[in-house]
Amino acid sequence: MKRIWTNPALFTLLAALVVPAAHAVEYHTILPKQSSIGFEFRQMGVPVQGGFKRFAVQMAFDPARPEAASAKIEIDLASIDAGSSEADDESAGKLWFNRSAYPKAQFVSSQIRPLGNNRYEMRGTLTLKGRSRELAVPVTFVPGKAAATFDGTFVLKRLDFGIGEGMWADVATVANEVKVKFRIAATGN
Amino acid sequence: MTVGMRYSTPAIVLHWLVALLIFVAFPLGVYMHELPLSPGKLKLYSYHKWIGITLLMLVALRVTWRLTHTPPSLPSDMAVWQRRASQAVHGLLYVLMIAIPLSGWLMSSAKGFQTVWFGVLPLPDLVEKNRELGDLLAGVHQALNFTLLALVIMHVGATLQHHFIERRPFLQRMGWNKQECT
Repeated sequence: MKRIWTNPALFTLLAALVVPAAHAVEYHTILPKQSSIGFEFRQMGVPVQGGFKRFAVQMAFDPARPEAASAKIEIDLASIDAGSSEADDESAGKLWFNRSAYPKAQFVSSQIRPLGNNRYEMRGTLTLKGRSRELAVPVTFVPGKAAATFDGTFVLKRLDFGIGEGMWADVATVANEVKVKFRIAATGN
Repeated sequence: MTVGMRYSTPAIVLHWLVALLIFVAFPLGVYMHELPLSPGKLKLYSYHKWIGITLLMLVALRVTWRLTHTPPSLPSDMAVWQRRASQAVHGLLYVLMIAIPLSGWLMSSAKGFQTVWFGVLPLPDLVEKNRELGDLLAGVHQALNFTLLALVIMHVGATLQHHFIERRPFLQRMGWNKQECT
């Protein structure tokens, strides 16, 4: 046995077989209870928090091959918490999400680039109310024993997507900037 | 009337300033809460909250002034029940002038909307966001306001009665003109 381990060629071969299996987990199963998508916007200068309770994530991420990673997120807009029940109802209307015509928001990644220290830049397309915009989202990957988490925060401009038209286009009342904060927990099982 | 029958000038200024703001905030509150959601409604809510917090500060100042200064005495021939009623109504008015803006502030926190005075000074949220508590505090805020309305009617009614029916110079106690009281 000793001779096998001291043989450099054989060791390299074994290591090549063993190491990827031990370390390169491909994360693809989402843990919905530990995942969240929230947002914050300013209304008359006052921060208001909200979020979405239902969303579907399809993803594949192998830290050893980040360039091959992909993510697709679909948000059920009916699951919104816009800060109050009055705002929840209002958000369904034509001036906001026009939910009967566009019930879902979708994000599809196009490129994932490592920035070092478990940080990545995820580029992709967000489609909301029939309008698509390119986004670059910074994501922090935290490996864990039970599950890994992917955290990110970015700011989008609601008017780029026609969210809040007509009288609501007044950004002095409801700010144009919406901070989106997400956490996706996933396992490799 | 003799000297000492008129409130001190700071007390009079505070009284009328607070009265004016209450007469703006109250109808605004009644009007705005029935409106359908719009940017205009959000603005009115903010203005109402700013006025309410301003009132809370002015009333804090008033209470401090009242506790450190003796108000002019009531006419000596005034009935005991009227003195007691006057004391009770004034006491309750002070309690409500503190409790109403406070209940509004708490309601705002419970409903998940922080109060930011004039969009500049954020007030701490004294309670967590909680829908049931928010609805409860909305009811409390409303009930306190209608109690205030009843008390203000009594307060104004009593003053007018003393002034015009009993023909005592009562309005001068809170009036601008110092000469009328001497």
